[in-house]
Amino acid sequence: MLTRLGPPFAILLLAGPIVAGLAGTVLPALGYFPALGGFSLSLAPFAAVLAEPGIWMSVAVSLGTGLAATAISLGAVMLFVAGWSGTRIFARIQHLVSPLLSVPHAAVAFALAFLIAPSGMLARLVSPVLTGWHQPPDVLIVHDPAGLTMTAGLIVKEIPFLLLIALAALPQTDPARTRALAASLGYGQVAGFLHGTWPPLYRQMRLAVFAVIAFSTSVVDVAQILGPTTPAPLAVRLIEWMRDPDLSMRFLASAGAVLQLGVTALAIAIWIGFERLSTAMCQRIRDTGWRFRGDAWLRGAALAAVMLAAFAVFAGLATLALWSVAGLWQYPDALPDWLTLKTWMKTLPRVAGPLATTVLVATLSTLLAVALSLLSLLREDETGRRGGSGALMLLYLPLIVPQVAFLFGLQLLLILAGAEASLPSLVFAHLVFVMPYVFLSLSDPWRAYDRRYEAVAAGLGKRRWSVFFRVKLPMLARPVLTAAAVGFSVSVGLYLPTVLIGAGRLETITTEAVALASGGNRRVIGVYAFLQMVLPALGFLVAIFGPALIFRHRRAMRV
Amino acid sequence: MKQALLGIASLLAMTLAAAAGQPDAAKWDAVLAEAKGETVYFNAWGGAENINAYLEWAGDELSRRYGVTMVHVKLDDTANAVAKVVAEKAGGKDAGGTVDLIWINGENFASMKEQGLLFSPGWAESLPNWRYVDIESKPTIRTDFTIPVEGLESPWGMGKLVFFHDSARTDAASMPGSAKELLAWAKENPGRFSYPQPPDFVGSSFLKQVLSELVADRSVLLKPVDEATFDAVTAPLFAWLDEINPLLWRGGKSFPQNYSAMKQLLADNEVDIIFAFNPSEASSGIAAGELPDTVRSFTFPGGTLSNTHFVAIPYNAAAKAGALVLADFLISPEAQAHKQDPEVWGDPTVLAVSKLDAADRARFDGLDLGVATLKPDELGPALDEPHPSWMDRLETEWKRRYGAAN
Repeated sequence: MLTRLGPPFAILLLAGPIVAGLAGTVLPALGYFPALGGFSLSLAPFAAVLAEPGIWMSVAVSLGTGLAATAISLGAVMLFVAGWSGTRIFARIQHLVSPLLSVPHAAVAFALAFLIAPSGMLARLVSPVLTGWHQPPDVLIVHDPAGLTMTAGLIVKEIPFLLLIALAALPQTDPARTRALAASLGYGQVAGFLHGTWPPLYRQMRLAVFAVIAFSTSVVDVAQILGPTTPAPLAVRLIEWMRDPDLSMRFLASAGAVLQLGVTALAIAIWIGFERLSTAMCQRIRDTGWRFRGDAWLRGAALAAVMLAAFAVFAGLATLALWSVAGLWQYPDALPDWLTLKTWMKTLPRVAGPLATTVLVATLSTLLAVALSLLSLLREDETGRRGGSGALMLLYLPLIVPQVAFLFGLQLLLILAGAEASLPSLVFAHLVFVMPYVFLSLSDPWRAYDRRYEAVAAGLGKRRWSVFFRVKLPMLARPVLTAAAVGFSVSVGLYLPTVLIGAGRLETITTEAVALASGGNRRVIGVYAFLQMVLPALGFLVAIFGPALIFRHRRAMRV
Repeated sequence: MKQALLGIASLLAMTLAAAAGQPDAAKWDAVLAEAKGETVYFNAWGGAENINAYLEWAGDELSRRYGVTMVHVKLDDTANAVAKVVAEKAGGKDAGGTVDLIWINGENFASMKEQGLLFSPGWAESLPNWRYVDIESKPTIRTDFTIPVEGLESPWGMGKLVFFHDSARTDAASMPGSAKELLAWAKENPGRFSYPQPPDFVGSSFLKQVLSELVADRSVLLKPVDEATFDAVTAPLFAWLDEINPLLWRGGKSFPQNYSAMKQLLADNEVDIIFAFNPSEASSGIAAGELPDTVRSFTFPGGTLSNTHFVAIPYNAAAKAGALVLADFLISPEAQAHKQDPEVWGDPTVLAVSKLDAADRARFDGLDLGVATLKPDELGPALDEPHPSWMDRLETEWKRRYGAAN
C-alpha cells in the first residue's frame, strides 16, 4: 500500500513545484499580478527588459559561457575516457576526481579565484623573481567581460560530474569487447572509442549534458564570484531586479526569468544542432577509414586537461585553507607573515547558526529523498515495470529547467501562502533538487541487486517488510548511504533555492559564503569555503566507513 | 456625566492603543517589559566581518541585559530590506512584518519616510540615551541628506569620506588633495585607483563627492533633481569620469564590489589609493592583520562628504519594543565606545563625550584610535550630502555609461 504512494508522490514533488513556479513566473512577466496592481495582460515587461542597458551583452555572456563550458568539459571527459579507460591511471584519476563532485560550486569558484587572480597564489609563487612583477599586473582575470574565468570555473566543476555520469553508463556499452574489436581492425584507441563506444554512451549521458547546459547558462553563484560585472550575466541581473526596492521591478524580473528560459532553451537547441553536426562529421571520418593510430599526443592532452582541472581545484582549496589562518599576507609573499587562528575564533561563533541550518535542511531533505526513492524503487520491484524515458525526463526536469525561472514563481506562491522563509518550505525546495540526484545514484545498484536473495528469504517464511529490512536494505546499505551522501552534498551546495526561499532569514554556509564574496575578505571566505568542503566530505566518510564498520564480521560484504 | 463619558472614552482609547501594541518610548519601563522575550530581526549590511562581530557582541549583551534576542539578517544592499517592507505593505501585511530594525540613511530613509513605511510618530528623541547625543555640533543627526529626521530614525555612527594609502609604497606628499588632483595623479599612475561599483553605497557616495567638488553652484544639489537641468549640472562630473575611466584599475572594465574589497586590493598592492566612510577603517584593518601598519589616512583640504548612519523601525515591525530597546542600547555610552575601538570596528560615535559622566568619558578617553586614524581636527571641512534624489539619478546614469559595456 505504502509503496503504491511512492511514484505519484515523487512525480508531484518533481513536477508540481516546477509547473506551479513557472506559472508564477510567466503571469507577472505578462503583466498579471493583482497584488501589485497588474490586472491585464501586456508585453510591457518584456519591452522593459529589452530596453535595459547592456541586456544583449548579458544574454550573450550567459549563452556563450554556458555552451563553451559544456563543450569543453564534455570534450575533455570524452577524450579522457576514450584514451584511458581500462588502464590503471584511469582508476587512479577516477579516485582523485570523485571527491571533487561533492565540493560545492561556490567553493570551487573561490578556489579558482584565489589561485589565478593577478595577485593570486600562482602569481605570488613566481613573483617577483621570475616575472619582475613587483606589483600585480593590471590584467582583468577574475570578472573578465567575456566570462572566460567563469567558464573555467564551470569547467573544473563539470568535468567530475560528467566523468562520473560517463563511468556509470560505461559498463552497459560493453567497452572492453568494443575496444578489442576496434583494435583488431587497426583503429587507434581514441578513434576506436569514438566510433564504437561513444554513440551508445552519449545517448545515456544526454540528459545529464542538458542539465549541465541548463545549469551553466543560468548559474548565479559562480557568476557572482567569477563572472563579468559590467554587465553581469543575465541570471545575476535577474536576482538584482528581483531585489529592487521598487516592486514594479518584479514584472521586469519575471520577464527576465522568461528570457532566461528562452536563453537556456536556445542553448539546448544550439547544442542539438551541434550534436547533428558532429554526428555527420564522425560519419564522414568513419567513411574515410582513417585509423588515427598516432593518438598518443591527444591522449596525453586529455589526461593533462583532467589532471589540470583537478589540480586547480585542490591547489585552490589548499590556498583557501591557508588564507583562513593567515595573518598579514601581502603581495608578492608566497606565504603569510604569520599564522593565526584569530579568523576562525572570530568567525566560528557566527557560523554556528548557518551551520546548524545547513545540516538540518540537508539531513531532512536527504532523508525524505531517500525514503521517496526507496518507495518508488520498491514499487518498481512489485510491478516489475520500470519508468520509461518519460520518467527519466521527469527526474531530470528540476535540473534542466533553469532554477531562476521557476524559483521566482515558487517564492511568490509561498509568500501568498504565508510560508516563505519557513524551515518546511526550505526543506521542500531543497528536496526538489536533492531527489533527482539521490534517485539516479541509487537506482542502478538497486536494479543490479540479485533478487534471488529475496526469493530465498521469502521461501524461509519471512514477510515482505521483514525481507526488506533484514535482508535487502542491509545488503544495499552501501549504495543507500552513498546516495544519501550525494543528496547531502547537493543540499549543502544549493545557493539560489536557499536565497530565494529562505528570504535571508534562513542562512546556510553557502549563502553566507557567497554574500561575503563581494567583500573580498579572503580570510573569512576561506573559513566558509573550508566548511563548505568539509561537510559533504563528512557525508561521504560516513558512507564509506559506516558499512565497513557494520559489516566488519561479514567477509563477503567487505570492500 | 459628561466627564465620566470622557473618562470612559479616554480609557477606551488607551486600551485600544495598548491592544494595537504600539510601544511608546517615553514610557520606557513598559517598553522594557514588553520587549522581554521578543526576537528582533535587525536587517543590516553584512559585508564586513568586524561589523558583523560587533553586532554579535551587541546581540549577546542585549539578550543578557534585557532578555531580547537579536538576529542579524545580513544584507548586501539595504534596499533589499526596504523592498521587503514595501512587499509586505503591498500584500496587506500591516502588522507582524519580518523586518524589525534597519540600518539605514539617506536615499533609503527618504524613500521609506515618503511612503509612510516608518514607525511613527518620531521615537528616537524619547530614547533614554538620547540625552547624550551630540545634536549641537553634528547637524547631520537631525538632517539626513537634507531630509528632516523628525525622530523617525535613531543615530548610530558618523561617516566621513577619508582616503588611505600605504606610506611604504607611496609618498604622503604625492597624494592628491582634490578630485582634480586625483585625475592628474591617475594620469601619472594609470591602473592604481578605483571605486566601488555603484549602486554600492560608498561608490555612489564617491560620485557625489566628485560632483560636489566640480559643480558650478553647490546649492542646486541640496534641492531635488531637476530633470531639465540635470545634464548641465552633472556635465563636469561625467567629463571627469569619462577621462578617468580608462585610467582606473582594470581599465574601468571591472570595479571592486564594495570598500572591503578595496581594502583587499590595497593589501594585494593592486591599487594605491582607497577610501572609506569610516575614518578609522585603516586602523581597524591594521588591527585585524588585513593591512600593513604603514597605511596612513589623508583627506581633501577642500572638504569631503560627511553624514550620519541610523537605525529605523518599519511601521509593521513585529517586535517594535525590542527594536526600541536595541536602538537605545546602540547609542548607550558603553556600546558606542566599544564600537569606536579600532580593534572592534572603529566607527565614530554620535555622542557628545562632554555630556557623559566621568566613568563613561573614561571609556572614550582610553581608546587608542590607531596610527592610521586622523584626529578630528585633521579631518578637514565637511561637505553636505546632496538631496537623496541625486544618488538615484547618478546611479542610473552611471550604469548606462560605464556599467554596461556595449
